[in-house]
Order: sequence, then structure tokens, then C-alpha cells
Amino acid sequence: MIPKSIGSIRFRMMSPDEIRNLSVTKVITPDTIGEDGFPITMGLMDTRLGVIEPGLVCRTCGKRVDECPGHFGHIELERPVVHVGYAKLIKNWLNATCSNCGRITLSDEKREKYLNDLVRAKEEGSDTDRVIDRLIKEASMATVCPHCGADSLKVNLDKPTTFRIENSKLTPTDVRTWLEKISDEDCELLGIGYGIRPEWAILAVLPVPPVTVRPSITLETGERSEDDLTHKLVDILRINQRLRENIDAGAPQLIVEDLWELLQYHITTYFDNQTSGIPPARHRSGRPLRTLAQRLKGKEGRFRSNLSGKRVNFSARTVISPDPMISLNEVGVPLDIAKELTVPERATEFNIEDLRNLVRNGPDAYPGANYVIKKNNLRLRVTEVNRGDLAESIEPGDVVERQLIDGDAVLFNRQPSLHRMSMLCHRAKILPYRTFRLNPLVCSPYNADFDGDEMNLHVLQSEEAIAEARSLMSVEAHLLSPRFGGAIIGCIHDHITGLYYLTHGFNELEKSVALRILSGAGIDKAPEKLTGKEIFSLILPQIDMEFKAKICEHCEKCDKENCPNDAYVVIRNGKLVKGTIDDVAVGAFNGKIINEIVKEYGDIAAKDFLDAASKLSLSMLSLMGFTVGIDEEDIPLEAQEQIQEILDGAEERVDELIEIYKRGELEQAPGRSLEETLELEIMRILAKARDDCGQIASKHVSSENSAVIMARTGARGSMLNISQMSGSVGPQSIRGERISRGYEHRTLSHFKKGDIGAEARGFVESSYKKGLKPLEYFFHSMAGREGLVDTAVRTSRSGYMQRRLINALENLKVDDDETVRDPADKVIQFLYGDDGVDPSKSIEGETVDVDSIVNKIMRGE
Amino acid sequence: MGKRDTINALVKRGVSEEDASRLADKGYTLDKVKRAGYEELEAVLGGNTKAVAEIFGIQIKEKEPRGERKKEKKEKATKKPELTSEKEHLGEQDVRNKAEVFAEGKLPPKVIDKIAKALADKNVNDRIIEKVVKETLKEYERARVDAGEAVGIIAAQSIGEPGTQMTMRTFHYAGVAEINVTLGLPRLIEIFDARRKPATPMTTIYLEEDIRHNAEAAKSIASQIEVTTLIDIADLGIDVINMHVNIIPKLRRMKDRGIDVETILIRVKKIKGIEAKMEGDTIVVSLAQPSYLKLQSLIDTLRDLKIKGIDGINRVIVRSENEGFVLYTEGSNFKEIMQIDGIDKTRTVTNDIEEMYEVLGIEGARNTIINEAYSTLREQGLVVDMRHIMLVADLMTCDGDIRAVGRHGIAGEKPSVLARAAFELTVDHLLEAGIKGSVDELKGVSENIVVGKPINLGTGGVKLIFKGK
Ligand SMILES: [Mg+2]
Ligand SMILES: [Zn+2]
Ligand SMILES: [Zn+2]
Ligand SMILES: [Zn+2]
Repeated sequence: MIPKSIGSIRFRMMSPDEIRNLSVTKVITPDTIGEDGFPITMGLMDTRLGVIEPGLVCRTCGKRVDECPGHFGHIELERPVVHVGYAKLIKNWLNATCSNCGRITLSDEKREKYLNDLVRAKEEGSDTDRVIDRLIKEASMATVCPHCGADSLKVNLDKPTTFRIENSKLTPTDVRTWLEKISDEDCELLGIGYGIRPEWAILAVLPVPPVTVRPSITLETGERSEDDLTHKLVDILRINQRLRENIDAGAPQLIVEDLWELLQYHITTYFDNQTSGIPPARHRSGRPLRTLAQRLKGKEGRFRSNLSGKRVNFSARTVISPDPMISLNEVGVPLDIAKELTVPERATEFNIEDLRNLVRNGPDAYPGANYVIKKNNLRLRVTEVNRGDLAESIEPGDVVERQLIDGDAVLFNRQPSLHRMSMLCHRAKILPYRTFRLNPLVCSPYNADFDGDEMNLHVLQSEEAIAEARSLMSVEAHLLSPRFGGAIIGCIHDHITGLYYLTHGFNELEKSVALRILSGAGIDKAPEKLTGKEIFSLILPQIDMEFKAKICEHCEKCDKENCPNDAYVVIRNGKLVKGTIDDVAVGAFNGKIINEIVKEYGDIAAKDFLDAASKLSLSMLSLMGFTVGIDEEDIPLEAQEQIQEILDGAEERVDELIEIYKRGELEQAPGRSLEETLELEIMRILAKARDDCGQIASKHVSSENSAVIMARTGARGSMLNISQMSGSVGPQSIRGERISRGYEHRTLSHFKKGDIGAEARGFVESSYKKGLKPLEYFFHSMAGREGLVDTAVRTSRSGYMQRRLINALENLKVDDDETVRDPADKVIQFLYGDDGVDPSKSIEGETVDVDSIVNKIMRGE
Repeated sequence: MGKRDTINALVKRGVSEEDASRLADKGYTLDKVKRAGYEELEAVLGGNTKAVAEIFGIQIKEKEPRGERKKEKKEKATKKPELTSEKEHLGEQDVRNKAEVFAEGKLPPKVIDKIAKALADKNVNDRIIEKVVKETLKEYERARVDAGEAVGIIAAQSIGEPGTQMTMRTFHYAGVAEINVTLGLPRLIEIFDARRKPATPMTTIYLEEDIRHNAEAAKSIASQIEVTTLIDIADLGIDVINMHVNIIPKLRRMKDRGIDVETILIRVKKIKGIEAKMEGDTIVVSLAQPSYLKLQSLIDTLRDLKIKGIDGINRVIVRSENEGFVLYTEGSNFKEIMQIDGIDKTRTVTNDIEEMYEVLGIEGARNTIINEAYSTLREQGLVVDMRHIMLVADLMTCDGDIRAVGRHGIAGEKPSVLARAAFELTVDHLLEAGIKGSVDELKGVSENIVVGKPINLGTGGVKLIFKGK
């Protein structure tokens, strides 16, 4: 059987007759529950509208809660009312047509012309709205109907729903009579769809949604609390009833009109409780009611929060923590979670015994099973009591929902899911304790750290999904980012430091030491003596590479292989001959070696290499120990004096400059005012002072300093961080300028008015190690706060930009003929990216790395 | 003939009920179907067209399968020349010609170029060239994009994801220290919004080869472009006794900008309702019925009186760069600037996408979007593959008009009601659909997610049925 699926959806305004035909009952009683505690017949909770209470049976379809979809009812309105959503359109229709004969107030020739334009626009697939807008505009200008000669006066709309012609009010009944006169042919020209009548926008009948759409809730006190929509419908029914009574009693016109307007108000707010121009309807507590439009709209509305994104079962969420000992494509799943999450497995003659054993274990003894689905679709819960019998009853074709075991394919995700690498397929590994464990190597694609981040896990439920996830979503399939065609997964932080210590220089290591380092990578043989480079070579596949490492100091003339810093990496035949492994070689976002292995040997080899490299580096680090102490940032007294000199000098020069400026002798920079020139010059001097201090500081901290090594290898931090710790923190800025806000003509009351010297404008001369003075601390906090605000603003702005980009581009795909097309088969590009190359398969965006091919072939010649 | 009759007639001839009603919905009658072309029917029926076409004997045209195009190119390529085995040093063009033959049209021109550059003046023979081409081809095929790949989403993610890492600082002193340029995230948003005027318009003017190194010429072009108002070159003052305005020219500044007093006088005389004449070095401007207030407002008019230059260009900076002098302007008026003699019209650009579109056409706009977006990202140190930016630019310009990314552009023009409703202005789109009687064909991604169907991209775009035995 081919399952039914929706082919297309037609939207259409409903006619009063359709509403009546759809309805299972007319609703007249403005009440829900009778005194007997049962729903009132022809009330808003009539059981023909569906049921929400367990035990009750729907009187329309005979089904119970959850099976009955609910059925519409209707309210016959005593007087017609305007549909708020269409008020503006109705105004246009009235203005474009004649009140007497109902025809569009355009001469036949003009009408013909617009008809032709409309047909052409439809054929071209261009915007028909523009033609219709023009027609309405022109027809509205007419003062006399060209067909019957009647005056055509302008109709105004008093927002939200009152129509006026000159100064007399048009009642909805008048409007409806007018709209009824418009012919079907004219309707098409007014942009109204085939078979739809404009007078339907004046409501004579109001559909009542099923109770399932507006369920009431029973509070703990036993009190019933009705849904906002029900409240609103009660209001409508009440006024409708009063209106009927008054009309029947022959009440004065004025009273009838007032009630009519009240009915209009209630129906308007029933549709949209944020209609401008009228006060929103409120709940007894004063909270505005959430009516139809509010239910659909916005981020929390039906569309964005229930239809575009849906809640799922078979998922888990908890805090993450690092585990470098598992592979990068594994995820550690807490046992408690593994017992809850299940995988459906169909029994065959091959696995039936295993499945029986799992069922026999029951839901509590891991690994067990939680449900059995028999062939007749009967779903049975495995319990302590029935597990034995159930296990025996399993036969081929039954499905067992077994608990998660090692090796199961799961999807792992961290929000915000900004790119496809935010959701990858891992293999589950069941571990004790209560956090998800992940290898720090995959922190970068998720942008995760371990300061309390939580992540989600989803268990796949069909063979098809599992196969797809394993082959397309696995971690190793996403080592290279489609954003720039380079490695996004790679070594970070300590991995890099460890590999630096392992591979820098040519120190030989004892066999015993080497074996301890290698054991992590699963290698248990080594010669008597070997260097760190040789150890690293053991995990390298057969590749040939040459490149400059991160620690390269960019000397004037590069000595290449003979680099005095061991910063030129040479790999020949899979042997690391020269150079140091650091961020450029294996880092996330760089990772030249990773790129090469993926290209030459595929993603599995690259995954194995990364696993091995991270383990090597971590065992190297744990063997030697690696730490940073606060005294490492100390610099000798003489250096401190030098720094003080630089700072004093800079401040002096700033003061001098201000003097020159005050004397009016400052030379103006081109295109800048005198003040700007001064400011720029001061900023330049102060920034230079900070850099000079950094220079002095870095000269005096040893190159073996841990922080320096982390900065140089690209493991973490920068030289600026170090110079701020031991040299000087430097100038603080807000909006790219020195700090100037605060008091009148000064930043703080500690300074003289008009003081624009270094200190008064937020120059922090202390270092972090030395500690900041109170005023410096204040300025530093100001700049820090700006950073925080900036980040907050940025995330929301860029989030919205991405949402718009996704929405604009989501439908584009590469077609079978290599063109890029949209769903209407319109060609956007004739050849994707002009060369048909997938960026994630290219190396850093290059179509083909021709040079390396040429080099390889020429070397072979 | 009514719709129902048409459907019956079609069904009688063996068309499935579904297809028949689809045709009838689109206004087809039996005759019209018989006369229709294959593509026309395909637009209505999609995958079922073949069956219907067979019934009515309409010639079947199927979509070109992948590889078809390559075959054609293969035939075009000339026959393989005989292989020479002697090694020789070939020029770039010779290598290119040979490589083209070996590649049999399967490699993009830019790759052939690279091969030619790499092998030029090296000791090669045909065998080596062939080997290089074959190896390149192998690499190229490996890197090809898969059919069905959701390249749009990947592009959007690739541009959006680094957005979180960009600065919000609106102003920054870019390459030219003296000119403020919007950078970072605000600029990127501005580009994709296709805003009418950028916040900081700027043109980069290159000069023609012969005057590229001529400082004087560069300066003179700059002074032609930069707007000079009267206040820049003269002092203004009210003579309260005689009740007129005095314009006292600053001769040095005038000389710098190549303006003489005569020019000023002519320009001033063009103002209506005044009288202007030279009195010695000063120009005296008088009114018919002067009052202090009127003179004050006259001064305001005079102050901003444009004497020379192009509207909208507030400042021009002349910079000496590797290739010679380059002019940067604050403000942009591309149409006027392109009419000035001596500038290199093939390279001069503005960052105003709309202006590029008006002057150079849609391709100019497309290239500007690509270049501006790419350099904005690059300036922030973010690497984004060119292909992603090209795709966005192509989508924005593929109609021949610039369409913005977002509600007022591409996203708002989607045919799907559900997709638009799920994006922004939910209620408005639903109401509009109700009055128009719109049909959602459920072809895009958003709408299929809404109704809970698999999407038409990637593995969802392939339909495979296991036939069993
Ligand atoms: Mg965190
Ligand atoms: Zn029911
Ligand atoms: Zn009329
Ligand atoms: Zn070096």
C-alpha cells in the first residue's frame, strides 16, 4: 500500500453555506457546562464538537479523546459584521466599483487593457498584484460611473472596521449588498480568486472551532478554566443573543446599533486581539486574551514553534564533559539515559535469541528492552512481571524496542545550530555517571566548551535513517568545513602544546618512555632509542608535505629545512623529517596535515590519525607535566623600570602634544579636524607605548615560559595577552575612541575639567599581574561592558540575518544536469560555483590543486 | 465544455483521474491538450507527463541527463595529436592548447589555465602534459558536487555562521585612513538587504594608463570630482550699511582647486532674484528689497552654492599605490564619475550596488555584491568560499532586478503560502491566500516541514522503490 500523502493545499475563504455545511451544530447558548456537570447541548462544549474529557464519547463520530479530531460548529450572527483582516481590501473594492451597478468604474477599453495585462502577467509568472494595484488606483479616481452614470464617491475606512461614504456610515449590511453586485468577471480583476465572492468577507455566520482546539483545563482546586477562545466565543454569543432579543422586542435603532457595534468589537478581537485602534479584550485578571492571530503569529506562534519545529521522542539532554579517551566519533551516554532511549529492532531468525535475551532482562537490568510491538501492531510494555513470558512469545517479524547499546548510531547536537556540523552522527558508548562525554577534538564544530554547556542526543528509529546518518552525518564525514574547504575538526589547546613538546627538536627518548607515550595510540613496539619526531611519524600515513609551522618567525630570508627554530615542516614518505607540529599542522580551522590525509586517504584515516595524535600529545603532556604559575609572568626589576620609562615617556609626549595643540601649532592631518588629528595622534602614541611594553616584557620572559609556548604554537592565547599580564594593559576604548563619556567635560570627578591626558581618558598603565588602580579598574570595566553589550547585540542581529538567508536560499539544489535550480525549475546558476566543485571536497576552495599534481609528476620524471 | 466534461473526456482516453483534473484546473480542454507541447504539459503534470503524452501522440522530450552535455563537448574537441616524446620547453599558450585537447572539454577553463601556467617553460613532452591533465581530471571528478546537494542552505549557513564572530563597530578606518567605511556585520546586512543607498557610499577610481603616475593629472581629476562650495573658497559677509552681501574670494584656495573669480561670478549670477557684480576683488550681491532676514537666508544659499564638482562627492583622497595614483571618494555618483576623461572606466567601481546596476547593468550589480560581501568578510579575517557568496549574488540578481534577501525580496516572493507564513507576517499571508484562492504546491523545504513530508533535497530528492522479486 502506498501511504497517503498531501499533494497540495488549496486556501480559500469559506462561504456562509460552506460554514453551515461543515458545522455539526448551531451554537446558541453562551455557556459551557450545565449544572449537571455535563456539556450543554448547543453550547460551546457540546459533545458533538468533539471531546476532551476521558470517558466521554463524541456524539458526531463516536470516538473518544485522542481519536476524535473534533468538529466545527457555527454561530448564526443576527447582523453581519466585517472581517477585520479584509477591511482594507473591502475599502479598495468599494472604491473601485460603482455603488449603483457594482461594476468597476473604468471604461470598457481600459478594463480590457487591464485584463490583458493581467493575463500577460500570469503567463510570464510575474507579480499580478502590481497590475491589480494599478487598476484599483485608477478606478478609485473615477467620480462618475462610466456604465450607469451614478456618482462614485470616495469610501473611507475608519480603522479598524467602520466604512464611511462622505459623512454617512455604511453598515456592514450596506457593504454586503454593494459587494454582492460585483460580477464574477470583475472579481477576477480585483484579485479575488475563482469561485470566491467578496461579500463573504462580511460575516453572516461564524465558524466555532472544535473543543480540541480550545481545551479547558481543570485546576487543582477543581475549578474549570476555559481557553481564551472559548471566553471570546462566550462574549460573542452573549451579545448576539442580546441583539436578537432587542431586535425582536423592536428596540430603538440606537440601541440595536450599539449592540451591533459591540458584536463587531468582539468578533474583531476574536480574530486579532492586537488590532490597532481598539482596546484589546482582557481576561478577568487583566491579561490580554490570546486569540486567533496571536496563536499563529511570531516565534511562539503555531507556525514557528509547532509547525516549522516539532518536539520529538527518543531524545535526551544533559550537561557535557570532556573525555579524551573515547574516539572523536563516539559519544559517552549515561547509563540512566541509555535505559530510557530505545532502538526498534525487528526480530529475524538471526537475531531472535539476542532479542529474547534483552526482553528477558526487562527494563531495569541493562541491556534490556522496554517495549515489544507484535506483528498485529499491539504495543506491549516490558515489565518485571511479564518479561519472561514476553521473551518466549517473540517470533520473527515482531519488533523489540531495545535499550541503547555501544555502537548505536545517534545524532548529537548543540544549539545554536548555525551550520550542518552542529548536528553529527556519533556512535554511542554507554558510560557511568550523568553527563554526555565527548572528545575535545569535536568541540570546534559544535563550538562547545565544558563550562556548563548542555547538548541534545537523538536516537534514530529506522534502518533507513540509521544508514543515512552513518554515511552522511558521521563526524568523520565532516572533518572539512564546506565554508572554506579546510579542517574544522582538529587539535585544540593541550593537544597542540603536547605535540609541540613531542616533536620540537631532536631529543632522543628512551624506549620505555616512548612506549608509554605510544600506548595511548595503540602502538606497542618501538626501537631502543627514538626521537619525538619519529614517534609522531609512526601515526602518519604515507604523505609528502612541506610548509611553515605556526612558530615560524617569518625571517627575512627563510632557510626552509635549515630553519634555526625548527619551524619548517618537512614530511617525506610519511616521516616527519624536520619541523615542529603545531596549530598549522593539526589545529582545528587550520590543520594542513588533516586536509592532506582526508584528500589522500579518506576520512576514516584522518579520523584515526586525529585520535592517535590527540592521545600521543596528551600522554606526552601527562608524562612531562604542563602548568602555568602566576610567578611565570614576573619580569626582572630592570625590565619593570624600562616599562615604567616607556609609559612615562608616552604620557609626557601626550602632554606635550596637548600643549602644542593648545598653542594652536598642531599641524592638521588631511581631511581631519584639528581635534581629530590630536586624538588620532594621542591614540597612536599610547597604542605604541603598550606594544613597546609588550616587547620589553616578552624579551624578558623566557621562551620556555608555558604561556609563551601556548601563544606561539597557537594552542591558546596571544602575545598581547602576555604583554598585558606582565607589561601594561594599555589604552581602553569605547566605540573605537578613548573613553570620553561620564561627567561634564571629564570622565570622572577625579580629573580637572577638560583634561584629555592619557590617564584621564582611560589609559591603563598597570599590568594585570601588578594589579589595576581603582580608576584604571573603572575604565577597564567600561570597555569590558561594551564588549558584552556588543556580543549580545551581535548575536541577535546575525541570527536574524542568517534566518533570512536560510529562508531565501533553502530551496536551491544542484539538479541532475549540474545546474542550480529552485523548486519552480528556474535556473539560478548554470554550473554550480562556475566549476561544479563542492567546497567541502575542494582544498581551501581551489578547484584542483594543480601545482601539487605537477610537482608530484615532475618529481617522478 | 465544462471542467467536469473535460475530465470525463480525458479519463475516457486513458488519462488518470488525478492528471485529468490537474489539466482541467489549469483550464485545459481536450483540444488544448492535444495541441499542447511536451514542456507545456510537463509544467502541469510533472513526472506523469510521459504517460499522457503517449496517449495523445505528443513528442516526448526528456530532461538532459547528467553527462549529456559533456558528450557534446567531447565531439567538439579535436582529434588527439600524435604524441611527441621529446621533451621541450613550451610556452604557456602551447601547453594550454595541448592540455585543452587532452582534457576533452571536461575541465573548466580556469583549471586549464592553471595547468598551462604550472607547466610553462618546464621541460615537458606530450606524455607529461597528458599525465598531468589526466591526474587533474581525476582530482576534479573527485571534488564534484553531488546532484541534489542543498547548496543554498550550505551557502546560507556558511555566510551566517561567521556572522556571530564579526564586529558590530559601524565605523572603521579602512585601507584609506581618511575615509569612514561601514564594515563588519552592519555592512554585510546592508549588502544582502539590497539597501537603496549604502550608509557610507564610496568610489574607487582608477586612472588610465598614461596618467596613472602623473600626480598633477590625478590632482586635477580629483578637483573635478570633489564638490567645492562657495564657502570652501571664499569668505561671506553681510554689509549691514549698504544692505548687501560681500563675497571675498580666497585666492590661494581657488588656485588649488583651479577656479577663477569669473567662474564664481557666473555661478552666483544664476541664483534667481539677485544682482551680482565685481567691486575690486569682492563680488557684491544685492537684493531688490533687502532685509536683514533675507540677507541671512541669502548667505545660507551662497554658502552651499556648488561651484565645481560632482553632486554627492564630499571628499576625494588621492593615494599613491603600487600601480600608480588611485582616487577614493567619500560619497558616490557613479554615473557622473564615469563620464570624466582620464579615468579607467573598466576598473573604476563604487560600493553602491544600485548605482552599479543603473550604470553597468545587472552583471555589474552581481559582481559588486560578490566583491563587497567577500571583502567585508575577508576584512574581518573570516574565510568563506567564493561559491557561497556567488550563489547568493546570483539568486539576488537572476531576475534581472536586484532582489533583497528577506521579507521584501526573495523570501516574500516565494510561491508557497505556508513558507511565507512560516517566515514573517503569518496572518497577512494566510488572509491573502484565502481571498486569492492560492494553492500551495508543497515543492519547497519550509512547506514540506510544515505538513510533515520529506523535503525535496539531498536524499529526499531521490525516489527509489525496492521492487522485490
Ligand atoms: Mg560554554
Ligand atoms: Zn468526533
Ligand atoms: Zn454604475
Ligand atoms: Zn622560518
